[in-house]
Amino acid sequence: MDTQANSPSTTPTMLTGAEILWATLVGEGVTDVFGYPGGAILPAYDALRKFPIRHILVRHEQGAAHMADGYARASGKVGVAIATSGPGATNLVTGIATAMLDSIPMLCITGNVSSKVLGTDAFQEVDITGVTLPVTKHNALVTRAEDIAPALRLAIQIARSGRPGPVLVDITKDAQQATALFDFEAAKPKPYRPHPMLKVEIHGLAQAAELIRSAKKPIILAGHGIQQSGAMEQVRTLAERAQIPVAMTLLGIGGFPASHPLNLGMMGMHGEAWVNHAIQEADLILACGMRFDDRVIGTPSTYAPNAKKIHIEIDPAEINKNIKVDVALVGDLKEVLEQLLPQISSHHAGQRNSSTWIKTIEASKGQSAVRDIKNLPDSGHLYAAHVMHDLWRITGGNAIVSTDVGQHQMWEAQYFHHETPRSLITSGGLGTMGFALPSAIGAKVACPKKEVWVIAGDGGFQMTAAELATIKQENLKINIAIINNGYLGMVRQWQEFFYDRNYESTPLISPDFVKLADAHGIAGRAVKTRSELEAAVNEARAHNGPFLLNFLVEQEDSVYPMIPAGRALHEMIRRPGHNPIVETSNDL
Amino acid sequence: MLHTFVAYVEDKPGVLTRVASLFRRLNINIISVTVGCSERDGISRMTLVCEASAEAGHRIRASLYKLDNIIEVDDIAGAPAVTRELALIKVAATKQTRSAIFELAEVFRARIVDLTAESLMIEMTGVESKVEGLVQVLEDSDFQILEISRSGKMTMRRGHHTSRVLKAMRPTAEEPEEAEAAAEAE
Ligand SMILES: Cc1ncc(C[n+]2csc(CCOP(=O)(O)OP(=O)(O)O)c2C)c(N)n1
Ligand SMILES: [Mg+2]
Repeated sequence: MDTQANSPSTTPTMLTGAEILWATLVGEGVTDVFGYPGGAILPAYDALRKFPIRHILVRHEQGAAHMADGYARASGKVGVAIATSGPGATNLVTGIATAMLDSIPMLCITGNVSSKVLGTDAFQEVDITGVTLPVTKHNALVTRAEDIAPALRLAIQIARSGRPGPVLVDITKDAQQATALFDFEAAKPKPYRPHPMLKVEIHGLAQAAELIRSAKKPIILAGHGIQQSGAMEQVRTLAERAQIPVAMTLLGIGGFPASHPLNLGMMGMHGEAWVNHAIQEADLILACGMRFDDRVIGTPSTYAPNAKKIHIEIDPAEINKNIKVDVALVGDLKEVLEQLLPQISSHHAGQRNSSTWIKTIEASKGQSAVRDIKNLPDSGHLYAAHVMHDLWRITGGNAIVSTDVGQHQMWEAQYFHHETPRSLITSGGLGTMGFALPSAIGAKVACPKKEVWVIAGDGGFQMTAAELATIKQENLKINIAIINNGYLGMVRQWQEFFYDRNYESTPLISPDFVKLADAHGIAGRAVKTRSELEAAVNEARAHNGPFLLNFLVEQEDSVYPMIPAGRALHEMIRRPGHNPIVETSNDL
Repeated sequence: MLHTFVAYVEDKPGVLTRVASLFRRLNINIISVTVGCSERDGISRMTLVCEASAEAGHRIRASLYKLDNIIEVDDIAGAPAVTRELALIKVAATKQTRSAIFELAEVFRARIVDLTAESLMIEMTGVESKVEGLVQVLEDSDFQILEISRSGKMTMRRGHHTSRVLKAMRPTAEEPEEAEAAAEAE
């Protein structure tokens, strides 16, 4: 029955709930799932071999969720994670919240105890739909075999529609064991109903076009929505036609080519100084698929005080949440821009003489833009910025990079220049340490032909390091760069700046990561100086199989610039002295 | 300011939790909530009253719509609407004091729905202030109030506006059969 049952076009068949689960996923086009078995999901695992689905056995369910997340971020498809009841289900929670805060389409399937004992504190029973209520876009408890297909199909529809997000379906063991009629077509959900408050009015478009025409210092804020909506072309056309410089949010990176002359770089807490200054000076902000997160606005009351603000956003609940805007175009970014573009002509940009504004920004880059990595005396030190810069240069910027959370994440965003969408995979909203390694596994499974790099701190890497075994078992060619500074670096930096250098609980003794890799059958090498760097990276890339590089970098380096909490965007802490770890044109 | 929302929601387990959880997440206190059947099978009607900033109304409504089980949300704001609350008030009353309470009830157009030797129960419907007025007078007249149960507000816009809500629930033009069938299935 294997090939028959899982073809959605076949006539309705009697199947067990477990078979319905897989048949529905196959019908929805799912080819890979990340999971971990246990009692309450065992019937589903028992049926798995009959279906053409690759199951990646993880080492911790948090890893499964991050892998499904990384899979979704790299491919745009819905990522699927599966776990058993109780501890299996609760282990998913951090991964679900990570996906929720970054609007990632993900489906989590959990087993639960039999419906007859639900609510009795049965062995490994947890009310996971209750637990995950605030961190899912939607969730459902399924207690009957005949409800499995409709619940999963609806879950997938919800996960990927509108503003995407994670959905959890909890299926009791007896529902998996019972038999029901599987009818894929009949299980189709109602047509998707867009959020009723989406609103793009003719006069709103006209107003936006007029603001763009009359602006002298406009700036585009490019968010995650560009890649989610697939609006890369439209944003580029808008920027080029009206000659508007583009600033990126962390998750926006990749949505607009880094090498584009209008790309200014990243904004926000660790954004480039000239970008934050430009935002503060702008007379028009055109926010595209971003949500004015507190990490990019400094304080709301001091944010871009002279700018009129246009907000193009798919989620009506984001309008006027943190920053009041003058024009809200509430809809899918790509569709809105397609309506707006005909009203924008390049002829008007000339009148504004936007080149003056762009020149002003260029000028304000000044010294800070003189990035003299190469000229830095080789004092035997290795700076994380060097590593990022060289990784970018050597890989040609064509790799998918999964970063963890901390200083290295910010350095990566500053020094690794992403040209293509879905090439930076990072936890922005939740800032989840431990994300890099598993999300890279997801990305590699989704895009097996792509070069995939993990860039993780010595702290965060240890949170999910067990997934090295998954990499080995699945034989995935993933390169791992550990930025080993001996500290929980980003926290140490806060202690340095705001807590009198009281380095409480941030120094970190780590295992020898190369030996750890070796114990997993994964090759590796430590890198202590810049002179060894290029050869080591080339060795890793050329190696037939996963490879780990342990970069022993300067321990007490900090990420600059930095906007301290509660300060305005332009009140940045700058790198002291004349020690910019930056690049010159020679470096490019 | 006081916000009043009328929401049409699927009549399914857990929907009330989802709605309540949203307010908790936004750190907004719900003053009252009433839920009951609506004119549509399988769809309940809620009236939610909460205290929040004037700007919060938009965000609450937009966030409610993000819940899959919510079909329609109306922010009543200042619109002409009829608002009613049901209150049951049990008052200590003897043979001697009873008639004075009857008189009060008469004035407030309330009804006596239960009577024992030591107490009676008043049922009244009206706007909040009317209920509060009756309670106040009972207290000021030194009657001992034993129990009060108030339903919380129910609100309905005035006029022939039902269309707004019903239209949203009507099948869309493109896929009439499907939506119809799906609605039936609920
Ligand atoms: C799960 C989790 N716990 C705690 C934190 C708080 N936190 C943010 S950055 C950071 C330090 C990260 O250290 P490391 O992984 O070594 O990276 P580095 O900053 O040194 O590059 C910590 C502890 C977090 N973001 N996530
Ligand atoms: Mg570190």
